[in-house]
Amino acid sequence: MTNPERGRSLLRFAAPQNFYPLAGRLAPWFAAIAVLLTAIGLWIGFFVAPTDATQGQVYRVIFIHVPAAWMSMFIYLVMAFWSAVGLIMNTRLSFVMSQALAPTGAMFCFVALWTGALWGKPTWGAYWVWDARLTSQLLLLFLYFGFIALTRAIEDPRRADRAGAIIALVGAVNVPIIYFSVQWWNTLHQGASVSLTKAPSMATTMLAGMLVMAFASWAYTLAVVLWRVRPMILERERHTEWVGTELERAGKLSQTAGGRA
Amino acid sequence: MQQWESWSAFWDMGGAAFFVWGSYGLTFALIALELVLVFQRRKDTTRRLLRWRRAVGKDAGKRNGEGTMPAMESET
Repeated sequence: MTNPERGRSLLRFAAPQNFYPLAGRLAPWFAAIAVLLTAIGLWIGFFVAPTDATQGQVYRVIFIHVPAAWMSMFIYLVMAFWSAVGLIMNTRLSFVMSQALAPTGAMFCFVALWTGALWGKPTWGAYWVWDARLTSQLLLLFLYFGFIALTRAIEDPRRADRAGAIIALVGAVNVPIIYFSVQWWNTLHQGASVSLTKAPSMATTMLAGMLVMAFASWAYTLAVVLWRVRPMILERERHTEWVGTELERAGKLSQTAGGRA
Repeated sequence: MQQWESWSAFWDMGGAAFFVWGSYGLTFALIALELVLVFQRRKDTTRRLLRWRRAVGKDAGKRNGEGTMPAMESET
């Protein structure tokens, strides 16, 4: 690295040519952590956590439903955060980060809705009801789709970045609405099982399984988003010398591996 | 095996097999799909940018800064 401005602070990773290799080094570690935590979480969820007194076995959907729902909200807030940083500081990488997060957020949002439907049928008698929690979560899915469609439809990257950032920031208002919907409205969906102020209303092993799965989702998100952001950075920075060097290296690698570069 | 009398009891999930395995099945299928798409995109981007770079010459991009590359849109 010959960049004379190279600082020792973490801020130097705001520069794409420094962040790109860092992302590549970190992603496999987060993936390994995700695999490990998923294995532990599933083991707790299926073999340690007891049968639920009222729901029987079907409650075991909780070990993906709750972590997925949390991630879908959290990822949207992180997208809004990077969008705000991008708009205020005019940093190229921030917008790319929020765009790399969106598909994973949408995936978790869909998983939360799907598992909720499959859990709702045997417990409420319906796959879907137009309850405040479910409706606002569905709106979150549409916000994700809107963000992805808009940022991909606009050809000029600067305009796409700004349009996406506005959807991310405006849509973020929906996240507290989802979270507090079970308190603000009379919903069929149950209230929060876990909160920072009250003792949890569930067995310790159930809670443990859920939290381990939540950390697994975090690690997975970090890994897959870092992997996704790398080619996006190459695309944006394709005019620079460091991307040229990186591409030639990748090209040689795939040739020696027998692929057609 | 804690919690379960047998493997068949485990797979049956107290009669809720469809709902439990339907949830876990879709989730892991989507994760697998997402990973495949992410790695495919990495490979495609590297190839496409390499071709572009070799086609236009090493310093081609410096002329027009952030301009869009029409040749890149037609690639699959």
